[in-house]
Amino acid sequence: MIAASVVSAAVMVALGILSMAFLLTVYRVVAGPTLPDRVLALDMLVAIVIGFIAVIAIKTGFTLYIDIAISLGLVGFLATVAFARFILTQAQSNTMERIGAEQNDGIAAESRKTRKHRRKKGAR
Amino acid sequence: MLWAVIVTALLLSGALFSLIAAIGIVRLPDLYSRMHAASKAGTVGSGLLLLAVGIHSEDMSILARALAGFVFFVLTAPIAAHLLARAAHKAGHRLTPPSVRDELLLREQIAKRGYKKRG
Repeated sequence: MIAASVVSAAVMVALGILSMAFLLTVYRVVAGPTLPDRVLALDMLVAIVIGFIAVIAIKTGFTLYIDIAISLGLVGFLATVAFARFILTQAQSNTMERIGAEQNDGIAAESRKTRKHRRKKGAR
Repeated sequence: MLWAVIVTALLLSGALFSLIAAIGIVRLPDLYSRMHAASKAGTVGSGLLLLAVGIHSEDMSILARALAGFVFFVLTAPIAAHLLARAAHKAGHRLTPPSVRDELLLREQIAKRGYKKRG
């Protein structure tokens, strides 16, 4: 009897601590200065939710929640991998655009030079 | 009673590990140091809570499932963190000034310009 009440008290304390952790991580998702910060905070959010699900499995006694936690972990892992790939491709396309813009600038400068040259020739 | 004590200890330590990871995510100055807090303490936090469920159920099959979940997180969290760190570094997010050494950047520069011997 005492054991059950101790465990239920620990469950309530754990739920409180986990909700504090959840709120702190949500602050980082909202305030994070860059996209990778937000992705990292979302990953951490998934981990905290898995903890929540485990605690609620103890509270309610439905051990089927463990399967839900495992599948949520799989989804979170896939989401993080996809976001990392997205950040990588975005960075690569940005660098390609920058290189393309520099090349365009170079071509434009050269054509301006030759035009000037031609104009000089024409004036002579 | 012993089971209850073990489950209580696992619950409280798991929740505290999660809270420490969240505090690290908010307080640390840098993407990479935040990753260091999140991917280690966060994984241990949720893993300890899963372990608490497995022990609380007093059933071998459920304990095995909880352990499988724990092992799965321990395997996938470093991979996800490594991929994200690599993508962010390639995207040009640099380390903040208090950190003194960036080996990956150094290697990229050497690969780009060729290795020059000093002195």
